[in-house]
Amino acid sequence: MGFLDNLINGISLGSIYAVIALGYTLVYGIAKMLNFAHGDVIMVGGYVIFTMMTTLHVNPYLSILISMAACTLLGITIEKIAYKPLRQATSLSVLITAIGVSYFLQNMALLIFGEKPVTFTSVINLPKITLFDGQIIIKSETTAAIIVSVLIVVGLSLFVNKTRSGRAMLAVSEDKDAAQLMGINVNRTISLTFAIGSGLAAVAGALLCSTYPVLSNTTGAMPGIKAFVAAVFGGIGSIPGAMIGGLLIGIIEILGRAYISPQLADAIVFAVLIIVLMVKPTGILGKKVSEKV
Amino acid sequence: MAMLEVKDLCVNYGMIKALKGISFDVNEGEVIALIGANGAGKTTTLHTLTGILHAKSGSIVFEGMELTKTPAHNIVKLGIAHVPEGRRIFQQLTVLDNLKLGAFIRNDKDGIAEDMEKIYKRFPRLAERKSQIAGTLSGGEQQMLAMGRALMSRPKMIVMDEPSMGLSPIMVSEIFNIITSIREDGTTVLLVEQNAKKALSIADRAYVLETGKITLSGMASDLINDEKVRKAYLGE
Repeated sequence: MGFLDNLINGISLGSIYAVIALGYTLVYGIAKMLNFAHGDVIMVGGYVIFTMMTTLHVNPYLSILISMAACTLLGITIEKIAYKPLRQATSLSVLITAIGVSYFLQNMALLIFGEKPVTFTSVINLPKITLFDGQIIIKSETTAAIIVSVLIVVGLSLFVNKTRSGRAMLAVSEDKDAAQLMGINVNRTISLTFAIGSGLAAVAGALLCSTYPVLSNTTGAMPGIKAFVAAVFGGIGSIPGAMIGGLLIGIIEILGRAYISPQLADAIVFAVLIIVLMVKPTGILGKKVSEKV
Repeated sequence: MAMLEVKDLCVNYGMIKALKGISFDVNEGEVIALIGANGAGKTTTLHTLTGILHAKSGSIVFEGMELTKTPAHNIVKLGIAHVPEGRRIFQQLTVLDNLKLGAFIRNDKDGIAEDMEKIYKRFPRLAERKSQIAGTLSGGEQQMLAMGRALMSRPKMIVMDEPSMGLSPIMVSEIFNIITSIREDGTTVLLVEQNAKKALSIADRAYVLETGKITLSGMASDLINDEKVRKAYLGE
């Protein structure tokens, strides 16, 4: 495989990380919590699509929509049951709860779908792109991942900056009490954030499982953590940051795997994160938060 | 009946009794000052009024509506705007976005645009800095923004928590002039201040709060001459 092939694979994986990282960053930015169960929502989304397509023979695109609806509902439910009662609690309690939710989802999936990984049928049927007389072939999953991630970043940026609900999100993200004084319903805004984040997780699930077609109850865990790294890398809370972070992590991982060592690829990803955080603790596009008393 | 009636209000922070049964009222069109030392419960009173804190017992009635069970985000809809202590503007957003958020509960586009113009007239510095990030404004400008943001909800009553805190003497005078002009426009003002002298000079009536209780109340012009008040709060 040539360098360009690796680069394209990196961009493909990076675009998927970007979509996952957007969910992380959105929830972190507004609810100020790390939703470690985010990766597992991706897995649930994958299983919903799998069940729809393979067992019930539903059209792939309809399956994605159903999966998005299911994940959105799941996200809202998780927030309501697990996180909302902890709104005034320390961030450590919330973090531990999120890890608990993550294990809960993984084990529920294990119980329902069994331990044996299933083979996922790609939901994407775009034509391949062949460049330079067949020297470079861009798989349809890659094209889809890139297009979808760009659309989501643009759409999300517009939503947050141009709509009333988006403005409410920005206000809640900065100061919950002050937001309430403006008449913003903080609980509803946080709920909406989880809904969007989880809907995105379903999309990420479709892309991830189509590109790497093996689905098990831990499928979401590692990409979830990598995407979290990507969100931190790009500057957690920043939408374009999640995109850039995702792409870079994907490219670093694939190039590391190809040219340095397949075993060390993950270690390289985390090493790069540590270096970036040492140089710029807020991440690439992270905002400097000035603490005024 | 008074516009706002607070009766036997008790508020706790965990085990600490912050308010031990305070009662006061505000009539429409008045400027009422709530003065007292640090920790007397002034901010607690305002936070309970606008729903950020919840009362343990007692009642707050605004135009016949009981507020103690009303969620914070609905209170502004009833016509009470809060200018919080420390201004609490949205630092990372622009001046314009802050003002727009002040009008979050409103849907009348024309009315909002009209009020925006009024606020720019009242605070010309905000007009100049419309598209600037709010966190880069000076302290006085941030206070003006916090006031402008509150006025954008077109409140019947505005409650202000230490609007003069941390400002230069010139700016303090300007802020008090603005409060007077807000009142002249027909908005009722409930003012919490440590600068008791200034507060009493513009208020109609005042209440003195000491460790969770109201110890003194009356016409501001009387209180300003009261010996106890002069000693304890006016530094004389």
